[in-house]
Amino acid sequence: MTAKISYADVEVGTELPAQTFPVTRATLVQYAGASGDFNPIHWNEKFAKEVGLPDVIAHGMFTMAEAIRVVTDWAGDPGAVVEYGVRFTRPVVVPNDDRGAVIEVSGKVAAKLDDHTVRVDLTATSAGQKVLGMSRAVVRLG
Amino acid sequence: MALDQSFVGRTYPPTEPYEVGREKIREFAEAVGDANPAYTDVEAAKELGHPDVIAPPTFVFAITFKAAGQVVADPRLGLDYTRVVHGDQKFAYNRPVRAGDRLTVTSTIETIKSMAGNDILDIRGEVHDQDGEHVVTAWTKLVARAAEEA
Repeated sequence: MTAKISYADVEVGTELPAQTFPVTRATLVQYAGASGDFNPIHWNEKFAKEVGLPDVIAHGMFTMAEAIRVVTDWAGDPGAVVEYGVRFTRPVVVPNDDRGAVIEVSGKVAAKLDDHTVRVDLTATSAGQKVLGMSRAVVRLG
Repeated sequence: MALDQSFVGRTYPPTEPYEVGREKIREFAEAVGDANPAYTDVEAAKELGHPDVIAPPTFVFAITFKAAGQVVADPRLGLDYTRVVHGDQKFAYNRPVRAGDRLTVTSTIETIKSMAGNDILDIRGEVHDQDGEHVVTAWTKLVARAAEEA
């Protein structure tokens, strides 16, 4: 576990480079296959609307997978992640057009903890709405 | 209908081992668009101190959620899965999941609550490798929304 960021070099408030992640219907089909989650709300518009959703929505776990990339790309070693948790507050709605949706993720160091670890608080939004709550990761730095 | 509180604390038998393959990790990393070489390049993973390619942090959910299925599908618990949404998800890692791992999951029902007609279920999945070493713990909160008034 060798994160490229040094514990000594970060402070509470240090911002991680923000990233944007596009998501289209094709992305969701690919994620369904890779993850084994074939719930039709993630690919079948008719079904999604029948159960009261505005349209097809992204897998919550897809959004969770994207959000942590802000931390793993920053730390370098994904194995440096010690804890990671989120609350799924709002769905990422993915329309069937050329653009799909975009998930925007930012993060900042919220606390310096023991053993060279820091807590990073993440913010994930799509279409201007927060899609994750209590999104926090603990990562071990060098 | 409220779930049976007597299920709190119940632990289900460990699952059959899931063998983590390099190509499955690659497929998952590609699906989330993550080009970190630690997921696909053994040498890059070794440079970081890992014995083989590692999996992205959320990869293990597919394994723990399948294990949670034995809880969810337990007819004695009485959960209506057609109304279930994923509320929270958390992982605590002892080490990253890596290719070659043969992982078993032991699921425990931590809490059962009923709020405003919604049934809320917290399931903890303890993931161990073939040597009995703890790899990661996954907590999954499932919310079964209240049935709509007819």
